[in-house]
Amino acid sequence: MSLEHLEQDILSQVEAATDEASLEALRVATLGKKGSISERMKSLGAMSPDERREAGAALNVLKDKVAEALSTRKIALQEIALEARLASERIDVTLPVRPQASGTVHPVSQVWEEVVQIFGDLGFSVAEGPHIEDDFHNFDALNIPPEHPARQEHDTFFFNEKADGSRMLLRTHTSPVQIRTMLASVPPVRIIAPGRTFRCDSDMTHTPMFNQVEGLLLDETTTLANLKWVLTEFCKAFFEVDDVKMRFRASHFPFTEPSMEVDIQYSREGGQLKIGTGDKWLEILGSGMVHPNVIRAGGMDPDKVQGWAFGMGLDRIAMLKYGIPDLRAFFEADLRWLRHYGFRALQVPTLAGGLS
Amino acid sequence: MKFTLSWLKDYLDTTTTIDEICEGLVGVGLEVEDVSDAGRLLKDFTVAHVTLAEKHPNADKLRQCVVETKDGVKQVVCGAPNARTGIKAIIALPGVTIPATGAVFSPATIRGVESQAMLCSERELLISDEHNGIIEVDEKWPVGTPAATALGLDDPMIYVKVTPNRPDALGIYGIARDLAAKGLGKLKPLDVKPVTGTFDSPIAVSLDFPNNDTKPCPLFVGRYIRGVKNGPSPQWLQRRLRAIGLRPISTLVDITNYITFAHGRPLHAFDAAKVSGNIRARLAKDGETLEALDNRSYTLSPEMTVIADDAGPEAIAGIIGGTRSSCTEETTDVFLESAWFDPLRTAATGRRLGINSDARYRFERGVDPAFTVTGSEIATRMILELCGGEASHVVMAGQVPSTSRIYSLRKTRVASLAGADVPVTSQKSILAALGFGVNEMADTLDCAVPSWRPDIHGEADLVEEVARIHGLDNIPPQPMERPSAIAKPVLNPLQKRMLAARRMLASRGFNEAITWAFLPEEHARLFGGGQAELKLANPISSELSDMRPSLLPNLIAAAGRNSDRGFADMMLAEVGHAYAGDAPKDETLRAAGIRRGAVTGRNVHGGARAVDAYDAKADALAVLEAAGAPVANVQVIAGAPSWYHPGRSGTIQMGPQNKLGHFGEIHPRILAAMDVKGPLVAFEVILNAVPGSKAKSATRAALNTSDLLPLSRDFAFVVDDAVEAEKLVKAAKGADKALISDVTVFDLYKLEGGKTSLAIEVTLQPKDKTLTEPEIEAVSAKIVAAVTKATGGTLRS
Repeated sequence: MSLEHLEQDILSQVEAATDEASLEALRVATLGKKGSISERMKSLGAMSPDERREAGAALNVLKDKVAEALSTRKIALQEIALEARLASERIDVTLPVRPQASGTVHPVSQVWEEVVQIFGDLGFSVAEGPHIEDDFHNFDALNIPPEHPARQEHDTFFFNEKADGSRMLLRTHTSPVQIRTMLASVPPVRIIAPGRTFRCDSDMTHTPMFNQVEGLLLDETTTLANLKWVLTEFCKAFFEVDDVKMRFRASHFPFTEPSMEVDIQYSREGGQLKIGTGDKWLEILGSGMVHPNVIRAGGMDPDKVQGWAFGMGLDRIAMLKYGIPDLRAFFEADLRWLRHYGFRALQVPTLAGGLS
Repeated sequence: MKFTLSWLKDYLDTTTTIDEICEGLVGVGLEVEDVSDAGRLLKDFTVAHVTLAEKHPNADKLRQCVVETKDGVKQVVCGAPNARTGIKAIIALPGVTIPATGAVFSPATIRGVESQAMLCSERELLISDEHNGIIEVDEKWPVGTPAATALGLDDPMIYVKVTPNRPDALGIYGIARDLAAKGLGKLKPLDVKPVTGTFDSPIAVSLDFPNNDTKPCPLFVGRYIRGVKNGPSPQWLQRRLRAIGLRPISTLVDITNYITFAHGRPLHAFDAAKVSGNIRARLAKDGETLEALDNRSYTLSPEMTVIADDAGPEAIAGIIGGTRSSCTEETTDVFLESAWFDPLRTAATGRRLGINSDARYRFERGVDPAFTVTGSEIATRMILELCGGEASHVVMAGQVPSTSRIYSLRKTRVASLAGADVPVTSQKSILAALGFGVNEMADTLDCAVPSWRPDIHGEADLVEEVARIHGLDNIPPQPMERPSAIAKPVLNPLQKRMLAARRMLASRGFNEAITWAFLPEEHARLFGGGQAELKLANPISSELSDMRPSLLPNLIAAAGRNSDRGFADMMLAEVGHAYAGDAPKDETLRAAGIRRGAVTGRNVHGGARAVDAYDAKADALAVLEAAGAPVANVQVIAGAPSWYHPGRSGTIQMGPQNKLGHFGEIHPRILAAMDVKGPLVAFEVILNAVPGSKAKSATRAALNTSDLLPLSRDFAFVVDDAVEAEKLVKAAKGADKALISDVTVFDLYKLEGGKTSLAIEVTLQPKDKTLTEPEIEAVSAKIVAAVTKATGGTLRS
């Protein structure tokens, strides 16, 4: 067979090879020790030097061509095989992922952090006190003597009387924390006290347990005007509005003098409450200058120390800010409610990143 | 406290509008709850004159009327049976909105006749449910008179919420005084001219208390009025009482009610003919009874004050009268009581007997003692005017209790406490307008407190008076200094743990709930609670009777409720307090979670798996780690409190004395008792128990790494079933602390004969040179020896 024929024959076989195995067989059959080209190489020995040079060169060219053809074909076959494999490995990416529960943080917890962010920036630390309180901290020290009508109006949960005649109660407000804080510190004092409170009351808008946040500032010079400023700035920051219209009304609380209640202006649009616009008023908190008797009960001298306090419903401001209609649902642990009104784990309120 | 505008104007000379008055009330601390103003609602409706009413040409039951209105003569078709010639009625002209329907009236053709206006029924104007005919008004009203005027509804009713410190505002005169001080009019002086008595009262009064201690009733003023004629009171009086929600009864009773509301001065009128002997104020005898005007019978006890005659109690002092001596239409002689009763005793009595009356409401807050005689005089004059008769001389026992006291208000104090810039002259005039006797000194205003202000007890109260009349809205907000330029951290370690635990739970997929701090007693008992000191004396229901000893029962109950709603798989968590006793130290902050159903539900990728105790263990450890607990060093021991499965639960502790929490399957008996279906696993950790960080600075220890590759060796040991994996791992780890960087269990299976095969992978981290095979073998031998020694296990071949 002429060299030309041999070349054509081999190259067409290379081209026809459909897998790497037949390609390898072809390599052995051509370039292998006993392959057709190797056999011809061996025959060069019998030739004259001139013939050998000429035939040898031709054979080497052929050998290189075949080797390259084999290599090219091998890469092509590998590509084809990879394409085939990839095609066979296709998945349906529209299928759902493995289920993973997605958790939520309760709105009251979220609002707790929001309030702490705002007051923390003003230097208020977070104080706490027990839920099971005594008459002294919940009433007496707050200028609510036993016969005071307010004491009856508090709808207090009591525990049973003890052998010594005393009885514990569930705190009806977060104000006992004022007393505990005063007794344990020296002025100036800046605290907020968020936490659970309890009243023996249950209807459409009241639950026997609810959450309040108390604020207390004591120094030598602070005034009601400072309190108005703090409350106004708080409302703007908390409700995330540039301006909020507030109404400060004279009121009465045994533990403050002067006392004031604060209303915030709102509108109702499409069933949703909107703060900062409108012409309706909503009461959001009670406040005032700490009563001299309370300062005294806290172990401080009302002639030297003065300050203010406020208390508002954490649940209530959560309802207002996030448009949550029903207070009772806060404590029912209904998964549908928790998932709908809850906050994502990483949705941490910060002053830098925003509070909602 | 309710009153009407015209009633207020009896005492307040003012030209201000109802809106201005309401704004003023709110400003001075008398919160307006409601204003019902029919005049405003009916402002578009006027009186019209039906000059002719005849049968409709095409309908038997309709009438065709000619009506004279303020806008000229109109033709009106009307179906009312009382639409007749000559009557005056209320007309709706085109364009007005009908209150009952909210629709705008427009002319229409009815059975071929044009009706250009509408004659209104009471129901259409929301005055009553009456719809059988049209409204007829007195013919004296000219055409065009506003409907509210013609109907006597032009006196707006204002309902204010009076704070408990302000008994003076429980009389309309007191409200007028506040408004006058606010600058909304002039307070009219009261006509307090005494009525001259013409005879001696046949009934004497006395204060009859042990040891003459007249604290329960220091003053009793009586007056006998004979020859009166009782009966329905005049229309104007009835209208005012009705407007504030009171039912007119008879002139005598209505007068006492009128004075109660006008002046905050409760009175009682006895039918003198029914009084036996004299009247005395005394303490009740134990077991005495009284048939009261509310038609209930009350059994009295000795701490209560009564007004009694020789026959026994006739009234409960300051609270309610009795039926035996009450006035009726036949009453001709009346004995009028005006007394002063101790607020505390009145409140206690009212509470104990469960009686809420207008009198109690006022006496327990503090009625003006100095007004006792004045109130009696005003009432006497009113009785004489409306019922006729003649009055006796006043009979009186005791004396007006002194309320005299003076407090100094530093002239600078309104500014330094309220931050309000109120000139001293204004301070003076405000206080004077409120009735204070003001005496200006060099640096102070010395203020004598009026008898009607029992709430004023010091300088701060005087500041409040000035501030509230000046208007809190008029105090400009004053910025405060920042304690430091950049805010400092404000949370304590426990608060930070709470936040971290909560966010960790949410990131693991838990839905955070807030459940009641209380629960039913049987649930408390299931979880180690139910102690007497944690039981509420007055629970709102038996479902909320005890303080919770753990967060778990309420979460488990919530899981039950949610599964009843069709949720099979759930993760519920709570971060909150549990109560082990009633002392502050017994309240601990905890984080707890429950998982019910499957960890990953049925899905296309396979691998659905029911929750198990290891999920709860992972949750507990994750929360503890987030809370800063040294999780690598905690001990996990078998066994947990009784509400867990005894063989599938564990306790996490730093040592036997410091338990951080527990986890595991909930005991099937507990689930059965709570009627909640499992599988249900839970954990609860006590955040108070997590040790605080010992780090003193933010600097981290230097990082020590080796460039040498770690290598690992597997070992399988046969051990007794009872051997805990943790023990084996610890032994292996301890075999060469320098070289062994990690030991993990990767396989476990039960063998015959009470044995278990436990396979561990040990990672060796060479520090300074590659380990040789003999060195590796030496370590391996040490590991096997250590495990064998600790567990009695043998290396599997």
